[in-house]
Amino acid sequence: MSGFVSVILGSMFGGMARYFISGFVARRVGETFPWGTLFINVSGAFVIGIFGALALDDASIFAEPDPWLFAVTGFLGCYTTVSSFSLQSLALARDGQRTRAAGYVGFSVALCLGAVALGFALAGLFK
Amino acid sequence: MTGSAKSSNWNAAILYACVAAGGVIGSVARYLASLLIPTIAGFPLPTLFVNVTGSFIIGFYSTITGPDGRVFASTRQRQFVMTGICGGYTTFSAFSLESFRLLHGGMTATALLNISVSVVTWLVAVWLGHVLASRLNRLKGS
Repeated sequence: MSGFVSVILGSMFGGMARYFISGFVARRVGETFPWGTLFINVSGAFVIGIFGALALDDASIFAEPDPWLFAVTGFLGCYTTVSSFSLQSLALARDGQRTRAAGYVGFSVALCLGAVALGFALAGLFK
Repeated sequence: MTGSAKSSNWNAAILYACVAAGGVIGSVARYLASLLIPTIAGFPLPTLFVNVTGSFIIGFYSTITGPDGRVFASTRQRQFVMTGICGGYTTFSAFSLESFRLLHGGMTATALLNISVSVVTWLVAVWLGHVLASRLNRLKGS
């Protein structure tokens, strides 16, 4: 039961953080390219890499179920998004901007995987 | 504070509440999927399932409630369903961590399979949802 409470609390903040950042970036940079979602997914991947490395240490709080469910399943899971990513890729492709659509897909996947690896490596250095 | 600034703040607060409530519903559904769907031979099936179904739903809903759509939805309803439920239900961070763990653990083939199958099926799912809703929008009648 406490697992559900952890997910609920984490996701409440994660969704609002995503809405705030995507709105902020759209107002500053414009909405011709989904920079907001790209930033959200890459930053979320960086942080999940750190938590993933910390969780390997049994003494870490992230090795416990509830902190992990709050921070990772709840907050980061809700903060990052595939649905908006897919919809934005489709919108770019339908708009005839094939290069931008392909670039968005390629950079999202490559940068997110790079960010996880970076977060994981950095957390390992400071352990 | 002027009256219109007050009402615009109130409107923004309601939109945040719609996103938070939808995000909680989507995230609990994702958590349930992770408890019910097994990981097969290291392949992270639960994350693939939520990301594919979530992409289909957002593609369908955004088109059926879009400018030429046959279903009317207010901005609040759209934020609740798309930014809230679909956004909370799908996750790019878990996909990234699971792919990295497979690569890091030496399961390179499974990692590459996960990455390629995921990206292709997400995009096909959002496109299918969009196409299905477009067909429904063009049907005659109410």
